[in-house]
Amino acid sequence: MIPRSFEYYSPQTLDEAIALLQKLGPEAKLLSGGQSLIPMMKLRLVSPEYIVDINRIPGLDYISETGGHLRIGALAREHQLESSESVQSKFPILADTAKVIADPLVRSQATVCGNLAHGDPANDHPATMLALGATVVATGPKGQREIPIEDFFPGLFTTALEPEEILTEIRVPVPPPRSGGAYLKLERKVGDFATAGVAVQITLDDAGVCTRAGLGLTNVGMTPIKAKQTEAFLTGKKLDEATTQQAAEMAASESQPMDDIRGSADYKRDLVRVLTKRALTHALDRAKGGA
Amino acid sequence: MAKVPIKVTVNGVEHKAEVEPRLLLVHFLREDLRLTGTHIGCDTSHCGACTVVMDGRAIKSCTAFAIQANGRSIMTVEGLEQEGQMHPLQDGFFQEHGLQCGYCTPGMLMTGYAFLQSNNDPTDDEIRHAISGNLCRCTGYVNIVKAYQYAAQKMREGGA
Repeated sequence: MIPRSFEYYSPQTLDEAIALLQKLGPEAKLLSGGQSLIPMMKLRLVSPEYIVDINRIPGLDYISETGGHLRIGALAREHQLESSESVQSKFPILADTAKVIADPLVRSQATVCGNLAHGDPANDHPATMLALGATVVATGPKGQREIPIEDFFPGLFTTALEPEEILTEIRVPVPPPRSGGAYLKLERKVGDFATAGVAVQITLDDAGVCTRAGLGLTNVGMTPIKAKQTEAFLTGKKLDEATTQQAAEMAASESQPMDDIRGSADYKRDLVRVLTKRALTHALDRAKGGA
Repeated sequence: MAKVPIKVTVNGVEHKAEVEPRLLLVHFLREDLRLTGTHIGCDTSHCGACTVVMDGRAIKSCTAFAIQANGRSIMTVEGLEQEGQMHPLQDGFFQEHGLQCGYCTPGMLMTGYAFLQSNNDPTDDEIRHAISGNLCRCTGYVNIVKAYQYAAQKMREGGA
């Protein structure tokens, strides 16, 4: 399969890339990892007139921890999450996520920022970033602006990015002590999109009471879903068996799945319930110091 | 559409070419360079038959434009053999019967090449994860894992 022809640009700086986006307008598409864009171009689901390849811009491939945040640069690849010590020790939920995205070959190229910028509710990082309360940094002609992750996905395959903006960084607050998270995804085979996925990130106080809960759901709605009612329900409670069970049922009712080849809406809703319970239990173990 | 000049090192040899930006890396390798060892399987980024190594990492050459390889170093299955000597992985696939029809084999070999560079003492489980993006439809995974282990041992002994 051969994509339609396009004009190719390979800017060497971020400023140059933004100037190109301004000049070329909405028919221009950014190429980073290309692991979603190129298959879509080959299937001719999208046929951009202009490709702006940002892979040659130096200094964007970082994953670093500074100022109380994990910072993930525009060109950081998924495989870097799997091998980052900071991620392994403080953000096990991100390590969980990276391992179940597509397959190792795709993860060689695919970028974490691209996983958000694509705006696909079937992608995995939106849910984990919702659970972690991340901030998206968009850089455009007027400079940088920060977008809270819960405002980043207004609709199907749509993001809060303006056409001339580039998602340059994801900022994830370093969780306080007694925090834990987990991402669980059911996929039919390696490389498939989630039938459903649940991301949970919690923080406990000294007495074991939940002081913060973040819950994100993958591929059970038109957009990635932040399960706000469940989050509010969990906050201020001890996460015992009954509470966990009730939260799982609540998360299921917050999902909005549709029937498709991966299963019926009812099946997926029940899957959200089961995965939420398991993810909460795992997150709780991790918050208490377990692996 | 105007062609653009690229310079790509493939298996240690520098190639200069003029390509359409939409030309996929796998087509550049197979059709322009006539290196047909790299296979096209599903052509939809699922099967891994087209796996090559770019700057040390295994990627799917059906899901990259040739122009993205400009200035980079590619290794294909043709680059494994050195001076008439099979690479330990090739030897492993031969000794352990790691293939039946052979269609997935170039991809399996290139994934293995990149993987064993970073881990030459893997567990079977690590190997299975490493090859999870490479499909074999002859159900040959058991022997492929054995072939990787054979190669890993040879490499630990200093074979490559």
